[in-house]
Amino acid sequence: MRARRGMTPARGARSIRALLIIVLGVLLSVAARPAAALDAALVDTLIFGESDDKPAVVDALVQSGDPKAQRLLEALSNGSVQTSGKRVLIVNGDSAIDAVSGETVSPLPADLEDVVVNNRLRLELGTAVAALKLGSLDRDARLAAAKELADGADQSMLPLVKRALEKESDAAVRRVLERIEASLDLKATDKDVRLAAVRRLGESSDASAKTLLLGLLERNAAGEYAEPDEEVRRLAQQGVRAVDSRLAWGERVGLLFAGISLGSILLLAALGLAITYGLMGVINMAHGELIMIGAYATYVVQSVFKARFPGHFDAYLVLAVPVAFIVSACVGMILERAVIRFLYGGPLETLLATWGISLTLIQGVRTLFGAQNVQVENPSFMSGGIQLMSNVVLPWNRIVIIFFALAVLAGMGLLLSRTRLGLFVRGVTQNRAMAACVGVPTRRVDTWAFGLGSGIAGLAGCALSQIGNVGPELGQSYIVDSFMVVVLGGVGQLAGTVYAAIGLGFGNKILESWSGAVLAKIAVLIFIIVFIQKRPQGLFALKGRAVDA
Amino acid sequence: MTRLYGYRGWCVIGLFATVLFVVFPVTNLAVPEASPFHLSEFWVTLIGKIMCYAIVAVAMDLIWGYAGILSLGHGLFFALGGYAMGMHLMREIGSEGQYRSNLPDFMVFLDWKALPWHWWNSEHFWWAALLVVLVPGLLALVFGYFAFRSRIRGVYFSIITQALTFAAMLLFFRNETGFGGNNGFTDFKRILGFTVYTPQTRMALFAITGAALIGTLLLGRYLVTSKFGRVLEAVRDSEQRIMFCGYNTLHYKLFIWTLSAVLCGIAGALYVPQVGIINPSEMSPANSIEIAIWVAVGGRGTLIGPILGAGLVNGAKSFFTQAFPEYWLYVLGLLFILVTLFLPRGVMGLFSAPAGEKPRRWSLKKAAS
Repeated sequence: MRARRGMTPARGARSIRALLIIVLGVLLSVAARPAAALDAALVDTLIFGESDDKPAVVDALVQSGDPKAQRLLEALSNGSVQTSGKRVLIVNGDSAIDAVSGETVSPLPADLEDVVVNNRLRLELGTAVAALKLGSLDRDARLAAAKELADGADQSMLPLVKRALEKESDAAVRRVLERIEASLDLKATDKDVRLAAVRRLGESSDASAKTLLLGLLERNAAGEYAEPDEEVRRLAQQGVRAVDSRLAWGERVGLLFAGISLGSILLLAALGLAITYGLMGVINMAHGELIMIGAYATYVVQSVFKARFPGHFDAYLVLAVPVAFIVSACVGMILERAVIRFLYGGPLETLLATWGISLTLIQGVRTLFGAQNVQVENPSFMSGGIQLMSNVVLPWNRIVIIFFALAVLAGMGLLLSRTRLGLFVRGVTQNRAMAACVGVPTRRVDTWAFGLGSGIAGLAGCALSQIGNVGPELGQSYIVDSFMVVVLGGVGQLAGTVYAAIGLGFGNKILESWSGAVLAKIAVLIFIIVFIQKRPQGLFALKGRAVDA
Repeated sequence: MTRLYGYRGWCVIGLFATVLFVVFPVTNLAVPEASPFHLSEFWVTLIGKIMCYAIVAVAMDLIWGYAGILSLGHGLFFALGGYAMGMHLMREIGSEGQYRSNLPDFMVFLDWKALPWHWWNSEHFWWAALLVVLVPGLLALVFGYFAFRSRIRGVYFSIITQALTFAAMLLFFRNETGFGGNNGFTDFKRILGFTVYTPQTRMALFAITGAALIGTLLLGRYLVTSKFGRVLEAVRDSEQRIMFCGYNTLHYKLFIWTLSAVLCGIAGALYVPQVGIINPSEMSPANSIEIAIWVAVGGRGTLIGPILGAGLVNGAKSFFTQAFPEYWLYVLGLLFILVTLFLPRGVMGLFSAPAGEKPRRWSLKKAAS
């Protein structure tokens, strides 16, 4: 039986009458058995009977659990039930179904009359339909029905909820139903029931449990507690503390993860900068823009895949990574050949020239792609996350980026230590003149190394496109952070960059949890300024005699 | 006085002063509006603004052109001076703000009941003037002391100053800091009893700014032609050598750094009443880096060059942002690139290539080994 959406939501307050009706319904349910056809007598009372009798019938139909009953009740609240003489028909466009027997009636009889549903009946129908949906086979429908009930739960629904809980197997639906049960139990007149409910809530690790318990401890204007009994209040206090400590653990885990995630992003962003600065003493203010170019390259690949290969959309990321690397590396090498190589030995001039390049690149991207942010979607395997606890979700895209950063780091390490290019880069970093003397083509190494650093920036841009907005100003927000990582970590060795990135990532997140994002950033900046006083060369510095430029 | 500038120099300064103090006021105030010789309010404000920037450029030249310290955060001191003056101007609004309250508008909006502690005494002009000098000065003193003591130099120092101004900008963007948040201070009414937006007040501010510019120029010239200036240039050229000669470079660098910051603060204080607004984006790293380009375009180490550079770049900015707004950033970017590549000594370098010295264009400095 397909669940139908868009029902009238269940309304709240019912009177004691509802309780009576439940009792009546239970009694009637003994009589009403699930059968091939609905009980004609019940349907008759529902449509043609006295309005006083209708709620009882509604409950009986609910208790029966018959899918035809559900169909009839839904149709009744939809307004698609009409009568033809004594036959009750559920009209659907040109054809109709007999409500009792279920057979199709076509064409429509001529003497169709509408059925009047008054407000009271409508209210009953709303809850009834939700209750029936609780027994639906579709898990999403059950979840939706449970959430609907939560909005307007009252004591009369308690047996319903309890029955549904007995049969419910899905964890998410159970959670909602348990919450409803607990909130209803907390208002019960029997103290033991309340105690039991408080105890159950105290064992959960959900924030909503804490809210319910806190509700008991609220005071009204006269200073009285919402919960009259002392013992229950005490238990509620303990419960709140227990839930809090569990939630705190969740937050710590979340914080740890956020710190690692930010650290991995800073690492990607700063690695390229560390290489170019360590090698050539070039502070590249356009580094942020190379990151941005990588992000836009990813966007272009995504757009191509969307347009040409929509079936393989998820694979766009596989292609986007090398494309971003190559595009940024090419741009970097062009910059190096055209502008930066003429400015070696003058780091301050390079700073200014690369700032000019960054302005030009930003404006260029604005002209090409527009000043608005562009949309880059995660492939489906990167959407969603792992739900560790009720308040901790580890998004897949961040997890993938952490591993990606590690892979890039490993690749870089291998390249620097195992390949010829890496050997040359290390040699030129340590002593340029000597390396030139032994035959290293320093100018070409410069170009390749700059390309490498820019390519890594492109990879960082590709990663950033998965977790944030992509716009022309993307680079600006990461350039200061990259500089800080490089300044803190020292140049010449990868280890410094790694430690600095992770350290700053953690530091930032921990401070954020205390004092908010802006103050955290300020504190980190001031820390770095102070740290540099003590150790100007950074955490890991090349040893050796170097004459200041 | 005569050693500051030769006869020609003084003539140029005299001409400049005449234009500033005689021609402009007359064409703005005395000449009727219909006449083609009338100088409009727009030009007065624009040139006044550019003169404030020129003061900043001279201050920057003192530390960069003569002492070799490139600061990418000088906009911070400029903005601090502006905020100090802005505080006083906000108090001068009195109860004529939008909310008709004694508190500034933004405080009423934030539902604050009293002035925060740092607004104490801001209703007095003399206190504001003191703050204009003290706040940037003290900040520069403390920061410079720790930075120079640890021998932070070169690129690291530039990045640190950039981080400093970035952090300050973030701080001032917050409403809790009590400086107007991202709206800053605006809607000024009076200064020292005079209404801010009348032509007479504007012209007076204009003249004061011009006088400050000339004063800064003369002060700078006095410093760099003295023995102090010599040591400073030695610090720029090779700090280690001058240290081994026995000079404590910390004192020299700290002095010029603090002086430069104070001059920027004063420029900021003159800027705010003319432009009518101050907000945290004045502290953005981009603004500070632009200051460096004014000096680079004009010619480092010449004092006159930066004034020229500030005029040229800001004039171009004013023109482009009105005529071809989407091209301004290209122009600015290319300016950065071309000036550093082809005009290492700026525009002034075009006029005065010293005899016997080949212009350094394509040669690479010996790389540090």
